[in-house]
Amino acid sequence: MTNKKKDSKQFKRSGSYKEWRAGAYAAQGERKGRFSSISFREQPELVTPENGGGVNYERDLGFPGEFPFTRGVQPTMYRGRLWTMRQFAGFGTPEDTNKRFKYLLEHGQTGLSTAFDMPSLMGYDPDSPRSIGEVGREGVSVSTIEDMDTLFSGIALDQVTTSMTINCTATVAFAFYFAVAKRRNISFDKIGGTIQNDMLKEFIAQKEWISPPAPSVKLVCDVVEFCAQSAPRFNPVSISGYHIREAGATAVQELAFTIADGLAYVDHCLGRGMNVDDFAPRLSFFFDVHNDFFEEIAKFRAARRLWARLMRERYGAKTEAACKLRTHAQTAGVSLTAQQPVNNVARVAMQALAAVLGGVQSLHTNSMDETLSLPTEDAVRVALRTQQIIAEESGVTNVVDPLGGSFYVERLTNEIEAEALEYIKRIDALGGMLKAVEVGFPQKEIAEAAYQFQLQVDAQDQVIVGVNKYAEGGEQEIPTLKIDHVVEQQQIERVKAFKDRRDKVRHAACLQAVEAACRENRNVVPVLIDAVSEGVTLGEVSDVYRKVFGVYTDPGML
Amino acid sequence: MTSTQASKRPVRILIAKAGLDGHDRGAKVIARALRDAGMEVIYTGLHQTTENIVRAAIQEDVDCIGLSILSGAHMTLFPDLLEKLKKEGADDIMVFGGGIIPKDDIEQLKKLGVKEIFIPGTHTQSVIDWISTNVPVHE
Repeated sequence: MTNKKKDSKQFKRSGSYKEWRAGAYAAQGERKGRFSSISFREQPELVTPENGGGVNYERDLGFPGEFPFTRGVQPTMYRGRLWTMRQFAGFGTPEDTNKRFKYLLEHGQTGLSTAFDMPSLMGYDPDSPRSIGEVGREGVSVSTIEDMDTLFSGIALDQVTTSMTINCTATVAFAFYFAVAKRRNISFDKIGGTIQNDMLKEFIAQKEWISPPAPSVKLVCDVVEFCAQSAPRFNPVSISGYHIREAGATAVQELAFTIADGLAYVDHCLGRGMNVDDFAPRLSFFFDVHNDFFEEIAKFRAARRLWARLMRERYGAKTEAACKLRTHAQTAGVSLTAQQPVNNVARVAMQALAAVLGGVQSLHTNSMDETLSLPTEDAVRVALRTQQIIAEESGVTNVVDPLGGSFYVERLTNEIEAEALEYIKRIDALGGMLKAVEVGFPQKEIAEAAYQFQLQVDAQDQVIVGVNKYAEGGEQEIPTLKIDHVVEQQQIERVKAFKDRRDKVRHAACLQAVEAACRENRNVVPVLIDAVSEGVTLGEVSDVYRKVFGVYTDPGML
Repeated sequence: MTSTQASKRPVRILIAKAGLDGHDRGAKVIARALRDAGMEVIYTGLHQTTENIVRAAIQEDVDCIGLSILSGAHMTLFPDLLEKLKKEGADDIMVFGGGIIPKDDIEQLKKLGVKEIFIPGTHTQSVIDWISTNVPVHE
């Protein structure tokens, strides 16, 4: 009798979560500090069946590969096939980047991803005065079909999938790529890859544009329409939260604005008379993976469920393919620190792990030196090896959606989905994302969040190791990549020589055909493929866009 | 004539983005922090030419220009801005900068006349303090 009493005292049990919270937990007390996420979300100390994590398995989770795809878009996920390890690369001349591509493929990378320089991204040839100092500096310089041919020299376009990160000039880069394929006698239906081609997020966050939002969205959807008809293996748009997040958005804002951008493209395509089940299966996504481990995992799970539900409920999509949110992810560039740069390897590893536990289809891991310059080969190799370690050593790929059913992760998934949906409703009330962008709604929300974050960093409410805590001064030196200034001169001379060599009459006719297609509101893509084959350059097409569609300038809101 | 900031008028600053670079998170955060610290801040918006920046600086009668560059074009755009200020006889306007700029380049830019470069991770108060101490307010 006495013994039994003693036992029950030793093995104390709280009757409920509330009792435990008020009793045992409160009695022990917490350390000083905040328990909130990087997105200002106050976190619960514990989640139990009583305070969240409530899911209806059939309705909210389902099986992997089945609606609403919370647990993954494929039934087998990484047991069927690992994610595509796709390191973003591009600098200097097309020859320089071609060499880097081959280096990455030799080291086990499974897809390519092209970073273009600022002139290519903004619609200027290297010989434009606006290009001075920027040619080949932040990416590879590509302004002609020959540059694109050289960039993919010795690489089989029907065997490797390629991603191209380019937006206001995406139609031109797409035309270069497909014109090169045509030259090499590869039929369009054999070409797999992705072009970012997401203009709404440019106005919201990345700020690379030529013309105002409405004609920009039209050009985006020209590529969507062309691929639905002629290039079924190619993703014509990568609806991107990455830049939104990097500009300072919270996780929920990133998700909400990205999904709302996607809805705007769907609306535009439907307005053209396209069928949602014909084009939606090729809409792809691209998210950031930031520091807050569980919030990021939940964000990916919520993204899939939210998109699937919207596609079915709002647009009446009839196929599973049209409801699947397939996504690329990149670790958060903004989280890297110039101070103690080797620490970035640890950050990237944790972010990459979150992406994998979140069930992404492809992944870029940042290199430790990217806050200083474009990455060196050695730094890129460490970043790629990080993915290989997760894939082949950690064991996390053995089980599909291993965190499914976690009280905490399910509650977080529910919260993020619900909060993102609230934002989407606010954007709907403004008339959709195109209108919201025109009045600067997402831009203001992001600037506000970025400022709040900075205030928290300044106050040490958000810790950045090596920067506002554990700082050392006298920074570690790591080698960085230097771009030779001769690259600019080389590319200027090259494009000038290219322009001199062209058949002047045919070139002029092609340029006129591009302008006519723009004025007559026809799909520009087929015309562009012919035009770039006759030597029309990226800068020249962009000038037509400026002339016909007008030029957008930054409202410069603070 | 210049005087220290103990004088009546607050310091006037032009926060500028030059070239094709679209990274404006840092420029906007700094602009807001300086404004909250009582300074008069004008923001150029993105994609300005150095001519535009010099013109705006003169028109707005600013005491200094804070140029933000994260596109790698800093070794072209900073010297270009300094040269154009000089040409317009406006080189009493102090130039500082911020962005992703490697250490070696910072040293070179300082030799050329850029007074300070702030890299990511800088406490906004350090920028405020630096301006308060170093930027002379034009009379």
